[in-house]
Order: sequence, then C-alpha cells, then structure tokens
Amino acid sequence: MALANNKQIQKAKKQRNLLPYYYLVPAFLIMGVITFYPLIYQLVISFTNFETKDLLLGLSSPDLKFIGFKNYIDILTGSLPVENFNFFRVLEFNFWWALSNVMLHVPAGVLIATVLNTEGLWLKKIYRALYILPVVVPPIVVATVWRNIFDEQYGAMNQFLTVLTGLLGQTDPVRLRWLTEFTPPIPGFLPGAPLTLAYYSMMIANFWLGWPFMSVVATGALQSIPRDLYEAASIDGATGNQQFWNITVPLLRPAMIPAAVYGFTLSFNLFNFVFFMTGGGPARSTELLVTFAYNLVRNLRWFGVAAAFAVIIFFIALVVLLVTNRITRATQNYSES
Amino acid sequence: MTTNSPAVSKNLLIRFLNINTSGQTSGRNLPLWRQILLQVMCLLILGSVMFPIMYILTLSFSSKTTRPSSLELLPKEISLGAYQQVLDHPTGNPVTFNELLKNSVMLSFGVGAVALLVAVTAAYSFSRFNFRMREVLMVLVFIPLLMPAVGLVTPLYLLLNNFKLVDCGKDVMALMPLFACDGGAKGKLIFNLRDSLLGVGIAMTASALPFAVWNLKGYLDTIPRELEEAAAIDGADSNQTFWKIIMPLAAPQLAVTFFLGFIGHWQEFVTSWLFLSQPKDYTLAMTLYNMTGQYASSIPWNRFAAMAVIVALPVAFVYVALQKQIVGGLTAGGIKG
Repeated sequence: MALANNKQIQKAKKQRNLLPYYYLVPAFLIMGVITFYPLIYQLVISFTNFETKDLLLGLSSPDLKFIGFKNYIDILTGSLPVENFNFFRVLEFNFWWALSNVMLHVPAGVLIATVLNTEGLWLKKIYRALYILPVVVPPIVVATVWRNIFDEQYGAMNQFLTVLTGLLGQTDPVRLRWLTEFTPPIPGFLPGAPLTLAYYSMMIANFWLGWPFMSVVATGALQSIPRDLYEAASIDGATGNQQFWNITVPLLRPAMIPAAVYGFTLSFNLFNFVFFMTGGGPARSTELLVTFAYNLVRNLRWFGVAAAFAVIIFFIALVVLLVTNRITRATQNYSES
Repeated sequence: MTTNSPAVSKNLLIRFLNINTSGQTSGRNLPLWRQILLQVMCLLILGSVMFPIMYILTLSFSSKTTRPSSLELLPKEISLGAYQQVLDHPTGNPVTFNELLKNSVMLSFGVGAVALLVAVTAAYSFSRFNFRMREVLMVLVFIPLLMPAVGLVTPLYLLLNNFKLVDCGKDVMALMPLFACDGGAKGKLIFNLRDSLLGVGIAMTASALPFAVWNLKGYLDTIPRELEEAAAIDGADSNQTFWKIIMPLAAPQLAVTFFLGFIGHWQEFVTSWLFLSQPKDYTLAMTLYNMTGQYASSIPWNRFAAMAVIVALPVAFVYVALQKQIVGGLTAGGIKG
C-alpha cells in the first residue's frame, strides 16, 4: 500500500517535472517551422548561388551550386557587381548613423525635460502634451512626410529657408538638393564614408522623431529624484549647477543609459525610416546594412548573396548586443557602487 | 570621450540660460526674465515640433492638386476633398480603401493575436519553472530577436514560395509541393502561399513571436510568487494557477503586448513589400510608400498628405491611450537601478 502510494507520488512528480516542457510545446512547434528551420535554410543557401531561376526547384535545382564562402568573400571585399558598394563603408556609416543619433537625442531630451521640470514654468502641461506628438506618429509616415519636406523644388524646407533668407534681404529662392546632392557639404567629416546632404536631412528628421522619447524617459526619472537630496545639497551650499552635475545627472544615468542603448539599437536597424526617406541614396551614401540586404533580395533577387549578408548582419548584431549589454550592466548599479 | 562635447555644450547652455535644473522648490515663482527666456525657448521647440505636423495637415485640407509653391503652415481652407478622394480611390489600381484597410487590420491584428496566444504559455514556463535546459531553450527563443526583420525574409520567401495550388486542367488541382500535376505539366497557378496575406502573416509571426515571449516573460517575472504559493496551498494545480491567477493578473500586459504588436505590424513593410505582388493584397503602408518618390509624380500632394494622416491616426490613438504603460517599463527599470 505504502509502496503504491510512493509510486503514485513519483508519477505525479514526474508529470510535474514535465509540465514546463508542455507549456513550451506550442511556441517551439511553431518557431521550429517558421523560425529555426528558415534560419538553418538561410545558412545553407548562403553557401550557394541561389537565384531567381532556382525558385521553382529550390535546393534540388540543377543550376544550383555550392560555392563555399564565395558570397561572404564577395560581400566583404566589395566585389559584388553592384555600383558604389563597399561593405566597410556601409558598416562605418551604419555605426556612425546610430551613434550620432543617440549623441544628439539623449542630451537634447534631458535638457528639454529639465527645462520642463522647472518649478513655476507657465503652460508646462501643454508643452509636455504637445512635445510627445512625434513619438505617436508612425515612423513610416514621419519619413514620407519629411521626404516631401526635403523635396528640392516644392519642399517645405527650402521654402522655409527662402522665407528666412528673404528676411535677410536675399530674393533668390533656396534650392538645396537635400536628398540628391552627392557632394558632401563638410568633406572629410567622417573619414572613409562621405556624409551627403541626405545624411543631414535624415539626421534632422530623425532628431525630430527621437528626442521626445528621450525627454519622456528623462522626465519620468527626474520626477522620481527625491526632493530632499536637493534640499540637503542647498543647505550644504551647492549651487544649482553643482546640484545638476552631482545629483541630477548621476540619478538620471540608470534610466538614460538603457534608453540610449535602446535608441542605438533602434537607429542601427532603422529600416523603414531610411528606406522610405532616401532608399539608401544618393549613390548608396545613406545605405544601412539592413537596407542594402533588402536591396539584394527585393531588387537584385540574389537570394544566396542576400542570405550570406543576413548571416553577417546577425553576427554584427550579436557583437553590438554583447557590447551594449556590458555597458548597461556596468552602469546599472550606480547607487550601489 | 565622444559624448563629452554635447555634455559640455549642454553645460554652457544651462549656465547661459540659468535654468533651475535641480528641480528644487525655491518656494517662490520664477523671476520674470527667466520665465520669459524659458517661454521663448519652449515656443521655439514647439514650433519645430509642430512644423511638419501643421505642414501635412494644411496640405491635406487643401483642395489644390498642384504642388505647393510657397510655405503654408496654417490651413486657409478646410476641404475634405483629398480625404474623400483617398477613401474613394486610393491608388491607380482598382482597389478600394476598405480592402487596403482590411488587409492592414487583418495582418496587424492577426499576427498580434496569434503571437500572443502562442507566447503566453512559453513565457509562463520560462518565468515560473526551473527545469533542465531552461537557459538553452531561452537563448534559442531569443536568438531570432537579434535578427532584424530583413534578415529573416529571404529564407521565408523561398520556403513559402514552394506552397502552391495549381490548376492542372480537367478539374484537377494539385497542391504543391505534396502533389504535382501529372506528367510534370506546369498548370495554372491559382494560389501561392508566398504571394498571399496568409503567407505574409506567417512570415511576420516568425519575428513577432520571440518578441512577445520576451515581453511577457519580463512582466510575469514581476508578479509575486506568493499568490501562486497561496493557491497551491489551497489545492490548485499548475494549470488552475495559470488560468485563474496568472492570466487575470497579466491581462493588462497582454493587452499592452498586443497593442505594441499592433503598432509595429500596422507599419510592417519589409515582408509585405517583398512578398505581395497583387494590388488587391496591398496594405496601407505599401500604398503610402507608393505615393511618394520618383514613381509617384502623378499623385497630388494633398492626397498623399491625407493618406499620411489616415495611416498615422490609429497608431497615434493607441499610443496616446497606452502612453503610460509603454514608457513605464523603461523608466521603472531605471528607478529600480
């Protein structure tokens, strides 16, 4: 009797041990078919010359050849038969694009949040409500609208500049070729990757889109800083400036670093925005890794090369993740260190 | 080192404007001159925030079909003609606005709902149980998160393209790749999974699912275990705990995850633009893309503007409604430090 009971308990225990796996079954079944299998398939075809003619038969197509690392080598050495493509230039531009965005958005967001946190400022609530408008507009809409604004002939930006120069006595309309001019306005600003006017246009549009989010995060963090810290500091004779650097900045850091890391990864892979605004042009000067990868599969239909490119992107993303994770973790526990 | 320069310039700016950055109550009102200075600054920022919004609204309410020749930021007239035209006949193709809307809604809601349903049990398992291989399985689920959407579309395109329904003639249908027409005849293509909303939905789920698991697990981790322990003492088994305790508590987060998915998928472009070729399957995002750029010279800008507003509205609405929850996660994490 006791033995049977024991067995029953063991059986129940075993079932309980299996329970977590049961809960995982649906997700793994589906991901197995639509995520893991395609990822492996991608790795396989990255070593082939898969093209449109192989679409019908796939891996059993007679024309399909395994060509080893040729796709990878072609991509890294820039010997793909594509105009204006240099992998390391695109990579450099991609990093600079993400970095320069975050470097502008975070300080601007913090500054504006602190301004709006000033005691006794009129209309504070209205400003706060209106400043988050850019966050709520979908980026694809933002990008198409700004593309329109930067139109050479009819765009609002040139019209606005015309109004400004008109005030200074200039009568000629401004005709900056924002999205098409290839000569970089500041040559040599980023050695190796020319920053065209299109880059600056995208920076302006993405600045409009990006700082309000940082400002929202900063506002939340600012309001959670206990007042007595400031009171104690001012009793000790600290000036407003000293209080900002010794209380506000350190206490904002735990909130702003994850936000900055999030912003960096987001900008790094900002496909929709860049594709809708410049499409990577002019002459691929604003191409990101993701937009170029998309060009390979959607326009050129070189599926094998595109697969190899996606694998490369995966490893770059892995490195970025490991580094940013480190940054987040290293700065997380400020109060304890 | 690189972040140093904005920090320094911010410091100068703060000193120059003499902003009370401490957020401390001096108890009294701001000095008037400082109030004015800050108001001017806030209004300038407001101007830059409102510039594209007012521009596109003005354009959308205009009845002029010619391109704007001078800057207009306030509507001179409120004409709903452009909206009317977009709703009647959005593109050059014989496809109605309702069909486009239906496609977008079906994709964004469908993918969001499926991802959520499948993800929730997996998230529960990862959050609550300790089992062998837990870490390995978690890494497996989160690996695809590293891959930007562009990185996964190539294999999905190739794999889904294999599933076809072919009319072989003589009332015989063949479902490829399981069956083919007799004698290797090509037959007439009736349905290609790749070129359908269903196929796009499947491909989108592949990247939506890991995100949903990750997002839900993070939330489930914050639900205190005491509740479950209490339920277990009262004799509830794991399934009962899951349905009666965890699910009701997680309901708000389920809604947030669903709507975050909606915001993302509403703008989905990468997959649909690559997979879909028939105008009747187009989504609103694809239509918006088609209304800008070099191939859209025949589309009046007021109609483009109206379309942009229409695409933006649902997302803006959801965002405003859920703003606290969306930003909450980031700031809360920061405060915890």
